[in-house]
Amino acid sequence: MKPQWIDNLLACTRCGACLPVCPTYNSTLEEVQSPRGRVALITAVEEGKLGLSSAFAEHMYHCLDCRACQTACPSGVKIGELVLEARAALPENPLKRFVKRLVLRGVLYSHKTVALASLPLRLYQNLGIRALVHRLGIIRLLPRRLRELEAGLPRIPLRPLMCSLPDVIPPACRMESPDSRRPKRVAFFLGCAMSALFGDVSRATVRVLTKLGCEVVVPKQQRCCGAPHADQGDKEASVALAKHNIAVFERIGADVVVADCAACSASLKEYAELLASEPAFAERARAFSAKVMDINQLLASLIPDRAVLRELRKRVTYHSPCHLAHAQGICKHPRAVLRSIPGLEFVEMEEAEWCCGSAGAYMLTHPKRSQELMDRKMRNIAAAKADVVATSNPGCHLQIRMGCFRHGLQMEVKHVVELVDEALEAPHSCGEKA
Amino acid sequence: MWGKGVSFWLEREFAMVSDKAISRLQAIVGRERVLTSLEERTVYAYDGTWAQYLPDVVVSPHSTEEVAEILRLANELRIPVVPRGAGTGLSGGSVPVEGGICLNLVRMNRILEISPEDMVAVVQPGVVNGALQKAVEERGLFYPPDPASMNQSTIGGNIAENAGGPRCLKYGVTRDYVMALEVVLPTGEILRTGSRALKNVTGFNLVGIFVGSEGLLGVVTEATLRLIPKPAVTLSAMASYPKLEGASETMGAILRRGIIPCALELMDAATIHCVEEHAHLGLPQDVEAVLLISQDGPDHEVVLRQMEIIADACQESGARNVEVAATPEEHEALWAARRAVSPSLARMRPNKLGEDISVPPSKVTQALRELRRISEKYQLPIPVFGHIGDGNLHPNILCDRRNPDEMRRVNEAAKEIFQMAVSLGGALSGEHGIGLSKRDFLPLDLTPESIALQKRIKELFDPNGILNPGKVFPTELSAPSS
Repeated sequence: MKPQWIDNLLACTRCGACLPVCPTYNSTLEEVQSPRGRVALITAVEEGKLGLSSAFAEHMYHCLDCRACQTACPSGVKIGELVLEARAALPENPLKRFVKRLVLRGVLYSHKTVALASLPLRLYQNLGIRALVHRLGIIRLLPRRLRELEAGLPRIPLRPLMCSLPDVIPPACRMESPDSRRPKRVAFFLGCAMSALFGDVSRATVRVLTKLGCEVVVPKQQRCCGAPHADQGDKEASVALAKHNIAVFERIGADVVVADCAACSASLKEYAELLASEPAFAERARAFSAKVMDINQLLASLIPDRAVLRELRKRVTYHSPCHLAHAQGICKHPRAVLRSIPGLEFVEMEEAEWCCGSAGAYMLTHPKRSQELMDRKMRNIAAAKADVVATSNPGCHLQIRMGCFRHGLQMEVKHVVELVDEALEAPHSCGEKA
Repeated sequence: MWGKGVSFWLEREFAMVSDKAISRLQAIVGRERVLTSLEERTVYAYDGTWAQYLPDVVVSPHSTEEVAEILRLANELRIPVVPRGAGTGLSGGSVPVEGGICLNLVRMNRILEISPEDMVAVVQPGVVNGALQKAVEERGLFYPPDPASMNQSTIGGNIAENAGGPRCLKYGVTRDYVMALEVVLPTGEILRTGSRALKNVTGFNLVGIFVGSEGLLGVVTEATLRLIPKPAVTLSAMASYPKLEGASETMGAILRRGIIPCALELMDAATIHCVEEHAHLGLPQDVEAVLLISQDGPDHEVVLRQMEIIADACQESGARNVEVAATPEEHEALWAARRAVSPSLARMRPNKLGEDISVPPSKVTQALRELRRISEKYQLPIPVFGHIGDGNLHPNILCDRRNPDEMRRVNEAAKEIFQMAVSLGGALSGEHGIGLSKRDFLPLDLTPESIALQKRIKELFDPNGILNPGKVFPTELSAPSS
């Protein structure tokens, strides 16, 4: 491990402030499932007291990478990132490695590969197969979890969004009083899951940004942000993807790089650290990461000055995605955006900052734990008695939709940007508040 | 990697706990609650100190009966047993220095009863302090002991260490809230002692002997805790002092006005400097000390009036200005500064040794001066914060454990701090306990007669010395770790 990571490990005072916020510790009460325990294990390996055993590997993969511990740690130990470093150092058996690489590098790599892999789903929803499956009752033959997943899927357009978006979308209005401090040219980082599954959400993002007077540029050569690769210990791939994306976005010369997927925006902001030790890329990565904004940050800065929002009579609660709240420390922005919509009644749910259990690949690799966390989240959502659950990440979005089906909750699940999109007036008065 | 004598991994060639003993433990609690892998034992080797010793096995009981059976077995086979809650202690109390069984009590975490009529809560030892506070406050009741670790530390651990906290200035420490206990003795008997009657002098005070016994005399499996009505209003203020002496004279000035504040917390100049460097909270930089004061009571008028009197006392003692937080946001901002202390110190240097001396009220000024002298003598930053109202100070020696020369100076400075506290009529530890960290300094504070009597008490409860061995009492083998 690099010296800066070792210093960071040693900063752990074992105070245990991470225990009450860790979802895996709370459901098991096992120290080995706690952030402090993970730091101790990694330290023991680093000191040569423990080998990179299969048990060690298992414990490292029990972590959700929700980063709640990093928010809580008084000493600034980057526990989640240390766990990812440890995963990257693990030896893996060749078969597992092959399967992982097949998915990580064969599917979750570029928009082309994702489009190809999601084709069956898109055909299923768009060629009437879905209707048939439901009408003939075939759906009832599926295992419960698969049925929930099927129900959780949003409406998926036939074409992935990346294929149907133009390269450049002009602002929908001219700013009457141009403000030099505000971004005018926004480069859109369209995440794989957003493009393939939540195309309608990202379409709303583009619509909202253009209505707010931004020119939106979508560089088509962009690839996956590398978050799934870092999460699964394939650091080599995440580094390669980071370099590729930096080069692609440098050519755009935008004021801001925006993403509407919390995992993407977190990952893009971490490029600076990921490439810090590569002299040829360190400076470029720093410059790139400094330009990255999550959509909620951008909206919070644009809406007060530029938007004319119409009334939206809805009771809305908010689930805070871990990669927004804990990886980026963004909690206030989405709430401020929601509260700025007139007529919208905002209600906090209990444990809004607690992981919903989706956690990237976790919902597939640890289905039981993922389910427990989903059930806990759904209980809190139900107690908020809202019409809409807003969130800001495709993994959470899908998980909560599945949860609504599983718990029989009649409520809408929406990305924050979709609610803004609903509330935004036609752009005739853009830039000039009445 | 670590400095010598600070921490080492105890690798025994032969495990102290035989396979046969393991299978008997499995028969008691079930296979899945007996952990033996190196990975799983590694994470039960530590607490909130630097100490680190591997247990041979980790056992997680669910009931008093299971605890009793485990202790009977351990007593029969002479296996050390170390009770452990959340492992957040600050004296090595739950670290298995001689190996053996780590008795992990976090799964016994049920609140069994909250009785508004009797004003008590009955809890299992693994209940987290903060969870209890939340549960009783929902019913208009209040459990005052508030150690800094309250969101993670357990009631069992709080009782073992007789934990304190800022509010203990007004309300007293854990001891003052334990009314009855169910304890499993090291020989396996289950003892119930105390009652929920407020006045009770029947027999010796056995509850009192278990509170603060650092896991040496028995394992608490159930506690009946006293509750009081929840104060409706809490107000806070910050007073800044150009001279350190003024800050330490404030408590007396407040008492003379007939008021006991809820909390009176000190941050000295070095602490303020650290906090400002890392958290930028706008604390005054040109003062020698800042006091954070809180007071609670039944309604806003009453508390505000008391706050005004307290502010007057501060000014009389030499405070330059006193800011009373008028809104919840201002109140929150003030305590954010207090909470930022520990993290800011942690970021200043790689490591810190947090001490916990306690001195009589009249000696606080002198103790603070001495601490400054020791800091200069050993060339080590020693920011001081803590509960100045009751004389319980936390000098934190900032250091880097990888530097052997520095660690030698740290050990010497720590020893001198202890000697200073004792010579002023104070104590080695106010609320952290002696445990492993300070056991070799015990003779500085206690007379040979007192230590001998305490050892005899220990032998009476635990004839085979299986419960938490190697703690509190200085060992003949180990020289003071200087």
